[in-house]
Amino acid sequence: MNHDIGFIKDWIEPQSRVLDLGCGDGSLLISLQEQLDILGYGLEIDADSIRSCVARGVNVIEQDLNKGLKNFADHSFDTVLMTQTLQALRYPHLVLDEILRIGSRCIVTFPNFGNWRTRAYLNFRGRMPVTKQLAYQWFDTPNIHFFTYADFEALCKERNINILHRQFLANGFPDKLLKSPWPNLFTEIAVYHLSR
Amino acid sequence: MSLENSNDRRDPEGSVGHVTPQKLVIEQPLTLACGIVLPTHTLVYETYGTLNHRRSNAVLICHALSSNHHAAGVYEDDSKPGWWDHYIGPGKAIDTNRFFVVGVNNIGSCFGSTGPTSVNPETGDPWGANFPPLRARDWVESQKLLMESLNIDCWAAVIGGSLGGMQAMRWSLEHPDKLLNAVVIASSMKLTAQNIAFNEIARRAIKSDPDFCDGHYLLEDKVPLRGLALARMIGHVTYLSDELMGQKFGRDLRMGDLIQGKTDPVEFQIESYLNYQGDKFSDFFDANSYILITKMLDYFDLAREYNHDPVAAFSHAMCNFLVISFSSDWRFSPSRSQEITDALIAAGKSVSYIAIDSEHGHDAFLLPNQRYQDALGGYLSRVADQLEGVAP
Repeated sequence: MNHDIGFIKDWIEPQSRVLDLGCGDGSLLISLQEQLDILGYGLEIDADSIRSCVARGVNVIEQDLNKGLKNFADHSFDTVLMTQTLQALRYPHLVLDEILRIGSRCIVTFPNFGNWRTRAYLNFRGRMPVTKQLAYQWFDTPNIHFFTYADFEALCKERNINILHRQFLANGFPDKLLKSPWPNLFTEIAVYHLSR
Repeated sequence: MSLENSNDRRDPEGSVGHVTPQKLVIEQPLTLACGIVLPTHTLVYETYGTLNHRRSNAVLICHALSSNHHAAGVYEDDSKPGWWDHYIGPGKAIDTNRFFVVGVNNIGSCFGSTGPTSVNPETGDPWGANFPPLRARDWVESQKLLMESLNIDCWAAVIGGSLGGMQAMRWSLEHPDKLLNAVVIASSMKLTAQNIAFNEIARRAIKSDPDFCDGHYLLEDKVPLRGLALARMIGHVTYLSDELMGQKFGRDLRMGDLIQGKTDPVEFQIESYLNYQGDKFSDFFDANSYILITKMLDYFDLAREYNHDPVAAFSHAMCNFLVISFSSDWRFSPSRSQEITDALIAAGKSVSYIAIDSEHGHDAFLLPNQRYQDALGGYLSRVADQLEGVAP
């Protein structure tokens, strides 16, 4: 991921238990381990990612999120992380419930479909947006739900999910400058710290 | 013809070459879980690679039901490599350039270590069916005596598949400070009713052979070959997957045909294969050992003494874990490995779990598989890096 989400370390207690759903090559867990001495586990299904986790000493569990997380007990983790995955899940709202059952706190990130680039793409070209954040064609994209940060907040409200922190990220110009006054137009990646 | 013992095992590359088994007589009494004391016992073992100056790079290989100390390399008079030669050798997953690897034949087995075919010093006759019942922990305690005699203070890793994985887990609970890593492959914290059922059918097959003589066949100068072959045939079916048997044998005929109007005898390839496997096995394995070790499997229950709570059990462990399962293994299915993993996570232990896609059933843990090799090799390579001070 191009966006630095290193600031989430401020949302995580040192030496706490962290579960990273879709942990990739384990980079985030390694940096949290180094900075906060957390006890981290990552879930992953991609063979290459799993191999790098094992080689780097990251606890990696080969398990498919879409097949449920019933094997994890209630509140068995202090923090459950899910970066850039929500939009690729079959039932994001149910997974949100699950991760808020397993973790006392959760941190999720997702691409904001309300960003002006995607809006403009669809508006002017009449085609489904293919952008840096959503770099797939409509037929082969793993991202099967498109939503804006406003949609996400509406879902949180409806399901009684508390938003502890939110952070809007943008690297591009002018997004970086304009995301504060107009977050839904200029945020590329939204980061939420949640509890129930 | 044979599936896993065919020529494709003979990969000269990365072989540890010629090996020689060693014999150790342990004079220290071993109190077994059943309360019986073995005043002395013999262990046959092999080692590959070199023990480093700090004596910190030793790896213990725990065998399963029917294998032995000959895990890698070849004997001068036998070109058939050890049972885990695919994974042990220079440059292989268990890299003998970096690790000192110890393979041991456990007590109760029949390859030179004290077991039912050994002489009971009290009677002067072979133990036979009177050999004391064993638990996996007895193997662990005996292995610990071997460890002490080799002057090894801590294993870099204890590794095993199936019953071997059970020993690795038991090591982590019984002697938590004596191993840094446990690698648990195609294993389980306890057998299911179905597992026990298959074991009992195998034991009944052996006992039904008139040559079994209530387990004292050696005194009668007999061997229950037919019963043991049948037991192995039953076991062997449970080690393979339906899919693989279908692919390898299908309904192919070895002889005869099924055209109407013919009375020639018909034999399916799978019949021939299974009979061959059964007969081959009964030529080298001991029937009492088979009964003893299948019972040991049945009795194994990792968390029994921890109030049947696997999380409470694993909370005693201090080592890191690697758990590996194979998709088509229906003897110790991936769910069993997932249970081990879940308990380890809940106990706050370091664990990685790899679910390998394989069509080879339970036997997959013995067979070449790139992902399996990468997972095991990648994990152990980091262990070696840590020992050598290269990795944090």
